[in-house]
Amino acid sequence: MPVSKDGLPCNRDTHEYLIRKLRKLLPPEAVLTNKEDLRPFECDGLSVYRRLPLVVVLPETIEQVQAIMRLCHALQVPVVARGAGTGLSGGALPLSDGVLLSLAKFKRILHIDPENAMATLQPGVRNLAISEAAAAYGLYYAPDPSSQIACTIGGNVAENSGGVHCLKYGLTVHNILMLKVVTMEGELLTIGSETLDSPGYDLLALMTGSEGMLAVIVEVTVKLLAKPERAQVLLAAFDDVFKAGEAVGAIIAAGIIPAGLEMMDKVAIQAAEDFAHAGYPRNAEAILLCELDGTNAEVSEHVMEVRKILHQSGATEVRTAVSEVERQLFWKGRKSAFPAVGRISPDYYCMDGTIPRRQLPHVLRQINLWSEEYGLPVANVFHAGDGNLHPLILFDANKDGELARTEEFGQRILQLCVEVGGSITGEHGVGMEKINQMCIQFKAAELSQFHAVKAAFDPAGLLNPGKAVPTLQRCAEFGAMHVHHGQLPHAELERF
Amino acid sequence: MSERDISETLQQQVHSTVGNGTPLKIQGGNSKTFLGRETHGEILDVSAHSGIVEHDPRELVLTARSGTPLKEVEAALADAGQMLAFEPPHFGDTATLGGTIACGLSGPRRPFCGSARDFVLGCKLINGKGEILRFGGQVIKNVAGYDVSRLMVGAYGTLGVLLEISLKVLPRPAASYTSVKECTQAEAISKMSRLLSQPVPVDAACYHAGHYYLRLSGSEQAVKHAHEHFGGEVIEKSEPFWHALREHHLPFFNSANPLYRILVKPSLPPLDIAGEWLLDWGGAQRWLFSDEPIGLIRERVATIGGHVTQFRGGELNTEIFQPLPAPLLVIHQRLKSSFDPHAIFNRGRIYANL
Repeated sequence: MPVSKDGLPCNRDTHEYLIRKLRKLLPPEAVLTNKEDLRPFECDGLSVYRRLPLVVVLPETIEQVQAIMRLCHALQVPVVARGAGTGLSGGALPLSDGVLLSLAKFKRILHIDPENAMATLQPGVRNLAISEAAAAYGLYYAPDPSSQIACTIGGNVAENSGGVHCLKYGLTVHNILMLKVVTMEGELLTIGSETLDSPGYDLLALMTGSEGMLAVIVEVTVKLLAKPERAQVLLAAFDDVFKAGEAVGAIIAAGIIPAGLEMMDKVAIQAAEDFAHAGYPRNAEAILLCELDGTNAEVSEHVMEVRKILHQSGATEVRTAVSEVERQLFWKGRKSAFPAVGRISPDYYCMDGTIPRRQLPHVLRQINLWSEEYGLPVANVFHAGDGNLHPLILFDANKDGELARTEEFGQRILQLCVEVGGSITGEHGVGMEKINQMCIQFKAAELSQFHAVKAAFDPAGLLNPGKAVPTLQRCAEFGAMHVHHGQLPHAELERF
Repeated sequence: MSERDISETLQQQVHSTVGNGTPLKIQGGNSKTFLGRETHGEILDVSAHSGIVEHDPRELVLTARSGTPLKEVEAALADAGQMLAFEPPHFGDTATLGGTIACGLSGPRRPFCGSARDFVLGCKLINGKGEILRFGGQVIKNVAGYDVSRLMVGAYGTLGVLLEISLKVLPRPAASYTSVKECTQAEAISKMSRLLSQPVPVDAACYHAGHYYLRLSGSEQAVKHAHEHFGGEVIEKSEPFWHALREHHLPFFNSANPLYRILVKPSLPPLDIAGEWLLDWGGAQRWLFSDEPIGLIRERVATIGGHVTQFRGGELNTEIFQPLPAPLLVIHQRLKSSFDPHAIFNRGRIYANL
């Protein structure tokens, strides 16, 4: 076999050898190499990044996953794991010289234990399917990302997915107990346990949100919660976005933790209303959706109190969903906000920054100023309860330079989020998309520490390489670009 | 409030030991030294690194330096009608926030509201190279980078010196009722494990000396209704009871035998190990005073998927925490050296070779 400078077999030979070996490990239909078969795997939910992998493998047992990993490790071939591919940051973008490991065949709910309120699942089980299966016991799985019909629990763990109920019920990290993972070296590890804590370091926290960089998740045990006796939604309209922001703080200051607290601005309201006909007040500058859940008595008490606070904060109208149908309708508008915005603009770019809630007026004001400066409209959808802002920048990729301007605008929003004490990503992950922005949020020593953490799990650096944590060199190059952006005020002056 | 930031002094002390290879023993209020294995080294005293840095009640976030007394943090929160929802045990008047997080201990509310690590949002630390690093932040949702701040919880200072911690805090419940019923341990376990699948405002449940204690918290109406449902005799001033349980001040905890902390699935029937038992966390955390050998206790508990910590007393030359399987230990050792390459922090506090 021809050997390259660094002592490894030359690329093409390695690839042929790899595929031959994979075909020995797996049934023929579980190893895909034809271009048309690879196409569905070329991107995740962030389709601006596309790349065909060398080969796609679809194992169905943990032993097969271990064998694939051992083989790839021996041949020094990189591996990217993939769930349903609904991620929004390019985390599952394949590598052209790597293996795309799909966990789509791991679809079984292994065990539901109603007594201890937990469920053991294969990683390819859909998020919503967990709650559907648990419903028979009066239980559900709390994190509910908007893609919950399609996204899978393995991907949820890898991204630490959130949803609209995070303030009260937490993110994925708060709702899982145990993982089985396979390392790049092919070792099967059990992380966490069926008890409330486990000896040693909290590797469960470290694995959650690690974006497929540390190990491949092959089994997940989640915590289930009792379905609340009652859930009630209030819809409040405001003639001023900032009054709506004030109302959010006032509800929390009153000692009430809503199950969901969502805010939409005028552009988002109108788009959602045209799309979902949820009965939203079209002329409001902002609406708040506030869901209260718990026991019957508690919800009644809180609904009264929240109504009062909303009126005191200057709401022009407060409605309470009178039936479950209406409650679902109120939520339908919010949950379809993204596709709704997709109808009013050829393209949109969804941002995912978090900010301390008190910074909302300042951040919204600045986004509006930039929106005018760039000539790009923005629809704002905000998980107000937990400070997670999703500005959707509307643009047309077919117009020359508009994508570049959109990306620049988006980058300034994320930078602002960091400046006011927030983060460049609340729930979508860094992946490929925000790898440069990591250089803004973290110092070189912090990024080096992240690389060292990865090396503790994957010393060879073969799992999802190049994602989530930028190299220091990349940051240096980005920094040079960044200074250039720092000079933008002068560019603005020239316009006068 | 003492507002003292001595992070530079601490950093210098770490730097100087990196040079000469002296191990450091990180110390806050010295209230939890009894926990874990004995560790030797020059004392790195963080108790003077103190003060609440930021607390905006509307954000539900508090940031404080690691040496801040836990009492000070709790008092500031109480003034704003808030609390640390994981109800941390102090185990002494001098307990600091840093020690609380480093040991990762949680009180009776834990199974219903979450653990210490669940409420950590971010931290600032000194790693073993003497670098000051920040991870996480002051926002509830943040998925940029690995979750290093939560990794620090329960690491007993073996990965770095905590300087600052940001925590999610919650409003105190408007009302709270504690009721008590006489029953057997097996009956209590069956009652407690059913709590998880019922939509009831329970925030503590324990079984002690033939009595099942249940604490209901929430809005006035919710608590009243739930109490009517569960029944039992109401304990008027119940706070001292839960406090004594959390701090190990109940008479139960006066025993000459070693104390073991046993974690199991809550529904697990009473374990057949001779000794005195107290069940907290709705049956998920079981305290045992026993003179049975630790090896035997560990063996029994391992067969049912639980784990055992030798919490107080007992043999010194044994592993205090449940030993790890070999492949996991390898990851632990690599993580330790990724944060602390010269192995200067709290050497051997959790495991002999960590």
